[in-house]
Amino acid sequence: MPIHDQGYRRYGGTRAPSGRAWSVIARAGIRTMLAKRAFVALLLFAWLPFLVRAVQIYAATNLPQAQFLAADARLFRDFLEQQGVFLFFITVYVGSGLIANDRRANALQIYLSKPMTRFEYIVGKFAVLAILLLFVTWVPAMLLLLVQIAFSGSFSFFVDNLFLFPAITLFSFVEVAAVSLMMLALSSLSRSSRYVGILYAVLMFFSGAIYRMLYAVTGDSRLAFVSLPSTLEQLGDAIFRLPLTMDLPVSGALLVIVLLMVGSSYVLRQRVRGVEVVT
Amino acid sequence: MDAQSSVAALDDVTVIYGRQAALNGVSVSFAQGAVGLLGPNGAGKSTMIKALLGFVVPSRGRMHVLGDDVATSSREIRARVGYMPESDAHIPGLNAVSFVAYCGELSGLPPADAMQRAHEVLFYVGLGEARYRNVETYSTGMKQRIKLAQALVHDPDLVLLDEPTNGMDPKGREEMLALIRDLARNKGVNVIVSSHLLPDIELTCDRIVVMDKGRVVTEGLIEGLKQPHGQLFELRVKAPLGREAFVAALGAQGFDCQQGDDDVMKVFVPAPHGARELFALAASHQVQVRHLRPSVATLEDVFAQAVGGD
Repeated sequence: MPIHDQGYRRYGGTRAPSGRAWSVIARAGIRTMLAKRAFVALLLFAWLPFLVRAVQIYAATNLPQAQFLAADARLFRDFLEQQGVFLFFITVYVGSGLIANDRRANALQIYLSKPMTRFEYIVGKFAVLAILLLFVTWVPAMLLLLVQIAFSGSFSFFVDNLFLFPAITLFSFVEVAAVSLMMLALSSLSRSSRYVGILYAVLMFFSGAIYRMLYAVTGDSRLAFVSLPSTLEQLGDAIFRLPLTMDLPVSGALLVIVLLMVGSSYVLRQRVRGVEVVT
Repeated sequence: MDAQSSVAALDDVTVIYGRQAALNGVSVSFAQGAVGLLGPNGAGKSTMIKALLGFVVPSRGRMHVLGDDVATSSREIRARVGYMPESDAHIPGLNAVSFVAYCGELSGLPPADAMQRAHEVLFYVGLGEARYRNVETYSTGMKQRIKLAQALVHDPDLVLLDEPTNGMDPKGREEMLALIRDLARNKGVNVIVSSHLLPDIELTCDRIVVMDKGRVVTEGLIEGLKQPHGQLFELRVKAPLGREAFVAALGAQGFDCQQGDDDVMKVFVPAPHGARELFALAASHQVQVRHLRPSVATLEDVFAQAVGGD
């Protein structure tokens, strides 16, 4: 007779109330990503601009010769625009396989046979990407705001630019939500994460190239709506109360982003199913 | 059997894919214990399981699992049900113990309990030594076992097993069937096993539901279904004028005739008829009976009779 019976036993412990599976997916996804050295390296690299900007703020607040570097709304807007590069790479690295890999491994029927809804699954996957993207956009931008307060030794900048806190938050969240939903929708279309990554890159660059071509031909910058990066740029300038560089109406830019998110949600709703029906 | 006493019940359920009815007005109840869902490929077995899980929504009818309505309490049902899919399925990038523990957490178990249960069920299904290996490196047989482990980790009251021995070698198949039998008979877990392999069902289940072309063609206790309401004969004949006319005449009399691989045919003669009528029919068709022996009905006979020998 074995010392410890390793046979099947009934479970008599507690169970979490339903509706929390998304947080299990999010935690597991983030943990998996942080276990990858390449991703951690990319994450650390994404924080280098923060260090540069922190030095800039330090110099501007402590060295009279560096007054021309003083922080303003433009500094935070430019910082978030620079982070767009890392936003792109992290979106491709993390997001391309989020659903595509599950589809390749037929994992959707495993997930959806558990007490969770398709919506919870999508929210969990969305949270993985969105949280990691906010970690290279919203978090460093907010820390820069704190750095400014700390180095200047007063709240005067913060009080004078009170709109910066909501502006940073709003722009970061809109940008992250738009690209995360778009990437998830693309990821749900294929079983190959490589193909999804390429498709995303092509869409981002190709839409930008089309806009530049159309602009060169027509001279009309209202056509910026065909390019997601340009649309986000216009929206960002408006949120940070900076002069607009394109004629695309802000309401139009907002509409494009909303339509993109609605379209992505529709694709996800159609593609994330426990059973694939071929008729 | 009502919806309360059965573990699963379907009432006039129709599921349509495109123009094809995968389930066509199915009404059936699954009793407690181990029930085999038997049928040829395309009979609608997997569709029925997916409908019970809420993966596909029927265009007509109602379903209850463990007393709950599938249409309104799908999530509550899935908390008490384990599902082992037919196709190869796993969460990518995880080793076995992490995968099974993750499935436990998704089912609502606290992380520590989920991890402990993962170790236990992996030992139970025979993957204890391989539990730290990435699931993607597993053989087909091991993948079948881990699918069973993830279905059991949250201690379900009912497990739905879709072709559980697919791709397994004879030894692995035997072990898998022993596990299923143990679950149903000793662990108090209700099991519905979908398979097109009759021996698998006969080894593990007490009851069967036989499906064909989206309909339930027969159901009941295996032993009961094997008790013929008549006599089964093994018959070898010599028919100088051809045996087709004789077979047709058997059919016309209501005698069910199944042709075997060799020249032996199995003829079911319903009561109150017997061998005398068989001889008389042979004589009238100038057929010589070379061999006639009473036979014992097997599940194969029940199945063949139910699906019409297709």
